[in-house]
Amino acid sequence: MSPGETKRWVGESLPRKEENRLLRGRGKFADDVKLRDMLYLRFIRSPYAHAKILSIDVSAAEALPGVICTLTGAEIAPQTQPFIEIGPEPFAKIKDYPLAVSRARYQGEPVAAVVATSPAIADDAAELVPVEYDSLDPVVDGEQALQDKSLLHEEAGTNRVWNGVFEYGDVDRAFKDAAYIVNIDRLHFHRFSSTPLENNVIIAEWDPKDERISYSCNNSFPSFAIQFLAAHLNVHIDRIRVETSDIGGSFGIKITSYPQMAVCALASKKAGGRPVKWVETRSEHMTSSAHGNERTFRDTRVALDKDGVITAITSRHIDDCGAYPRYEPLGCVIWSQVFPGVYRFQNARIDFTQTVTSKCPVGPNRGYSRMQHLWFLERVVDLCAHELGIAPDEMRLRNYIRPEEFPYTTPNGCVYDSGNYPKMLQVAKDLIGWEEWKKKQAVARKEGRLFGMGIGTTLDSGTNNFGQSQIVNPGLPYSGNSQGANCKLDIYGEVVVAVGSCPQGQGHETTAAQVVADVLNIHPDLVTVRTGFDTERNVHTGFSGTYASQFAVSGLSAVHGAAQKLKAEMKRLAAFALQTSEDDLEFGVGAQGPEVRASGNGKSINYWGLANLVNANTAALPPELYELTLNCRYIWRAPFKVPDRQKKYGNLTLTYASQLHIAIVEVDRETFIPRILDYVAVDDCGTMINPSIVEGQVYGATAHGIGAALMENCVYDPVGNMLTSTFSDYTPITAVNMPALKYGHIETPSPHSYSGAKGMGEGGAAPIHTISAALQDALFSSGIVIEDSFNNADSLFRAMVSKEIVQAGKLVRVERRV
Amino acid sequence: MPEAVQNIPIQLKVNGKLHSLNVEPRLLLVEMLREHLDLTGTHVGCDTTYCGACTVLMNGATVKSCTMFAVQADGADLLTVEGLEREGQLHPIQKAFADSYGLQCGYCTPGLMLATHQLLSRNRQPDDKVIRKAIAGNTCRCTGYQNVIKAIQLAARNMDRV
Repeated sequence: MSPGETKRWVGESLPRKEENRLLRGRGKFADDVKLRDMLYLRFIRSPYAHAKILSIDVSAAEALPGVICTLTGAEIAPQTQPFIEIGPEPFAKIKDYPLAVSRARYQGEPVAAVVATSPAIADDAAELVPVEYDSLDPVVDGEQALQDKSLLHEEAGTNRVWNGVFEYGDVDRAFKDAAYIVNIDRLHFHRFSSTPLENNVIIAEWDPKDERISYSCNNSFPSFAIQFLAAHLNVHIDRIRVETSDIGGSFGIKITSYPQMAVCALASKKAGGRPVKWVETRSEHMTSSAHGNERTFRDTRVALDKDGVITAITSRHIDDCGAYPRYEPLGCVIWSQVFPGVYRFQNARIDFTQTVTSKCPVGPNRGYSRMQHLWFLERVVDLCAHELGIAPDEMRLRNYIRPEEFPYTTPNGCVYDSGNYPKMLQVAKDLIGWEEWKKKQAVARKEGRLFGMGIGTTLDSGTNNFGQSQIVNPGLPYSGNSQGANCKLDIYGEVVVAVGSCPQGQGHETTAAQVVADVLNIHPDLVTVRTGFDTERNVHTGFSGTYASQFAVSGLSAVHGAAQKLKAEMKRLAAFALQTSEDDLEFGVGAQGPEVRASGNGKSINYWGLANLVNANTAALPPELYELTLNCRYIWRAPFKVPDRQKKYGNLTLTYASQLHIAIVEVDRETFIPRILDYVAVDDCGTMINPSIVEGQVYGATAHGIGAALMENCVYDPVGNMLTSTFSDYTPITAVNMPALKYGHIETPSPHSYSGAKGMGEGGAAPIHTISAALQDALFSSGIVIEDSFNNADSLFRAMVSKEIVQAGKLVRVERRV
Repeated sequence: MPEAVQNIPIQLKVNGKLHSLNVEPRLLLVEMLREHLDLTGTHVGCDTTYCGACTVLMNGATVKSCTMFAVQADGADLLTVEGLEREGQLHPIQKAFADSYGLQCGYCTPGLMLATHQLLSRNRQPDDKVIRKAIAGNTCRCTGYQNVIKAIQLAARNMDRV
């Protein structure tokens, strides 16, 4: 904090400003927006995972009364550019259009659209569009895709999107000196989605009069979307306005809705500028919005010393990004933000490959790319512990980065700002009663019960250095990170804040008000924070949006900077008005509302008075103060350098929140249903801006992880049919499946943010690691290796009973040299 | 080509107000609430009765308005989230959700509060297990249900005092 600021509101569990409208049913979600002459769009989608499109007949649909127009890929391709590809050659050659042009590459890919005067007519019309296909061989598995037997994008000549080797330290030496080498043949992180409850919604209006495109939608990274859309639609980026209001969850899934945004704009243009609304159905969402990345880990070798300390890891990782890379191949480097996880090993070689498959494209789902890697590391540590007969908690303590080592530089140059993993472990053990559970476990095992205790330690790295994109493609023009905010006194002196985020329940209106209230020494109720995102507020930068655990750092640093700028202007103005020096001024609230007062002469001027001088009573203002606007825009920039592209070395993230979870799990011997008996989540996100909001984020991320570990799996059959395209099939976790959570936290303030806060919210998928570990503990003596991140009763039954999986015991092999 | 169908006249009470409408037989109840009556607090999440974002009370019992036709509500008395407050004052259930941080994005919250309304009208002292069962048909993707359950417990206590 700067001198003179009183820290009062930051750190308080202030009730959220958002509740008043949301609880009354007066939130404004995208589907609540109605515009005059609005039209409704429906997509026609490919039933095949991979097929040539032979013909599309829109004539019957167009003849239906109430249908305004139709669109096909063949029609829009000549009017547009293919979307920007982030990756390098040869994948930069692929042509990604928002409607399939001549080939469909996943089940659910849009191939045509109809636009009608009502949703029901649009539904009817969509039924009247026959499409003739010639099916092709699908590529359903990421590893098989590498064989290039069936090519998804012929122009690229391969299904391999990206490959790179991340090597640090002296791997060969470490293996030569190892006391133990543990070989793990295959681990697999499954495909799931955090499925926000509100589906994607887009309203687009392409006004022919001034060639402007206006969006009202729930995209969660509008700055990214407009960069893709401007290039695709051949329009000046300033001509695209994106507004969001309340958003019913995103979890990263709504980042990649720009293809649908493009179709809606093109449809509006064709319809003469009438607004076009598209409301995604849940099945559309499940088959074609975005899924999380699926990843397979092959040929893992782990070197350990005689005490079970890991000295080196080598492995081959194959990431499956679905049919189009879109946000990818950024995930091919983003995992390396947490390269060693929470562990001290210095030597490692990871050969990382990404492939396309004929499945739904992936998007940056909560925990994006890091959780897959962190799960892998947790499985490695956990399996080594079991194989070497070291207690899982002891194994972690021997390998954790030590509290005194922070700030800690990882082998690949990332700087972990702060943390204390042993302390978190102790807090978690105390909260759950670890020793008591150990005793219960011993009794249960004597009774023949399958009873496991698992620990998961994970990281939530926040505020990316976009310079890491240059590691996947040296030609990319991105580095660092930034966010914008504006803080002003309006004409009557109201304090109004705008920030370039688009929150989805994270309480940004509340926490931004807390920050400004502290700077101006007023109550947060006196601070109005604009809802949602709007390009026309002029507070966005190239990185604005809400994603990647960063608002507490990037967003609130921008708000803080803007508020300080405003305060400095208010001081200059008040010093003139009160005929005193700036040093003599105090900020507070008086009889006339919020004010600035002179401690010397006792005079004061309220915010209306200040705003009036600048806006409406300007003849009273001396020319030397003309530069004051009381309308202060501030751009916060993260202190990053461009990483070394060849060595893949540099600081990739500003803050590292950490989570440590413990689960007690029992697998029923008859039904194989895994049941959570007790669960604790301990969080460290540095200084908390609003502890209750933090706690809520921890619970939510925990539910996503438990759901993903036990219930939620995007299942495709061998020909690429998606089998979990409704909630009844996908089964998002419900209240009866959630255990009551125990919660604890520690605070290791970040030296890298002004407030000591770290970005948080993604949660690092701690429950997936934790439940895998608990199941491993329950089933190790039965010869079962937990090789998949998804474990429901069915998969545990297969593991326990079926022959093929009994061989999975050979998945792990230990070489002992001592 | 779909055949032309006759609209059907219906009459129903929503949040105490009587409405007479002429609706397509295929119009869903949730569409009628949102599009015809402009009551957009009731949401759609899954289209298939799983998630409960569309939950409203019909004659005092919860129904999922995404899987009912508007014509099936002919003659019914409906309560939606907009009908919970009284003269601008939050209902004890709404207040409990606010005080317990029982919501984040707020998309599922109207449905959850109406499910809570039904639960507490039948059982003023529900335990944890009863509460979880009562909201099993209401999916929330933000809160992990932890603070929702706290909110429902608090609402039960608050309503006891009323």
